[in-house]
Amino acid sequence: MTSSLHEVTQAAGAASGTLPTGLTLALILTVISLATHEPWRWLGLILGRNIDVDSELFRWVRAVSTALVAALVTRLVVFPAGALGGVPLLVRVLAMLCGLGVYLLFGRRISFGVVTAAVVLVAGQSIMGP
Amino acid sequence: MTPAEDYELPAGPGRNDNWQGVTPRQAFMRGMAVALTVPGIILFASAAGYGALARDAGFSLGNSVFMMGVFFALPAQVVLLDQIARGGSLMAGTLAVTLTGMRLLPMSVLLMPLLKGKRATRWRYLVAGHFIAVTAWMEGWRRLPLVPSELRMDHFIGIGTGLVLATLAGTWAGFELAGSVPHVVEAVLLLLTPIYFLLSLIASASGEADRLAIVLGGFLGPPLYVAFPGFDLLLAGIIGGSIARFVVRSRGTG
Repeated sequence: MTSSLHEVTQAAGAASGTLPTGLTLALILTVISLATHEPWRWLGLILGRNIDVDSELFRWVRAVSTALVAALVTRLVVFPAGALGGVPLLVRVLAMLCGLGVYLLFGRRISFGVVTAAVVLVAGQSIMGP
Repeated sequence: MTPAEDYELPAGPGRNDNWQGVTPRQAFMRGMAVALTVPGIILFASAAGYGALARDAGFSLGNSVFMMGVFFALPAQVVLLDQIARGGSLMAGTLAVTLTGMRLLPMSVLLMPLLKGKRATRWRYLVAGHFIAVTAWMEGWRRLPLVPSELRMDHFIGIGTGLVLATLAGTWAGFELAGSVPHVVEAVLLLLTPIYFLLSLIASASGEADRLAIVLGGFLGPPLYVAFPGFDLLLAGIIGGSIARFVVRSRGTG
């Protein structure tokens, strides 16, 4: 998939109205944040030690949200937005795998993994890119 | 769910371990300074990646920065802006944001006892709560036990404030850079978000179910995106997470 997110946006905008902009978008973002996101933080502080973080329901929620973010990770790499789409899939995947490998093998430092992925992407693109 | 001890450079002994005679204001300033350490720099760069992504999605600079501040949780932001940009269902996007937000609940539950103290008023809890996201939480978890209880709230609000400022600056920088740097630099910015998410997920994973959920969610994501665009993340989360729990439970390993 080489089309950029922006092209997809424009196509979607043409199909289903337009992307909300300006203050409308700011208002939508505020409402969504206050209604669905921020309450988890408040709830956590209110419940404090009274919630059973070892309950099965809680563990399931944790696993679901973990899988959701993992799916987001692969979506961002396999169906990338913008300039990342100009990098061959092989290079993108290789950069992620090298970052992951360095993180796991060399002291589990997030910074090492992130820097490695960036370096491999640049190197791979200069060798294999157009 | 405790952060790996080796998550980042240990807060080794130094000048800042002496908290004798420190005022709340100084505790706050020391917290702000955390933004200048390795986790702060990674967060700045990840926010730059988000800024580039937001620009690409058609967001204005104002709304990109505003979204960073109002959510202060990159997974929720990227899910939502991706959903809005692809013209997907806003309801599905909102539901996905709700699910990613649940990740913050155990973090605040675990941080709450550490924040207790004389200066922990209700509104300070609200402010501190907004800063709970992977990086600030890990730093709080790591540093607060070394801080006298009456200074912890100020110190944590300092950590949060510094990290929020770093992400706002990062968003702005990423947004501006995305249009004017070589394509390969923009590509690197856009790669920072997924690699940082992946490694943070692994760093904060506790137990086999979490690790299995990462693998299953990752592999389910792309085919589900092709089959059910707009609902792919929700489906991957529910299917992958449920299988992970089921497998681990039926093995009786937790």
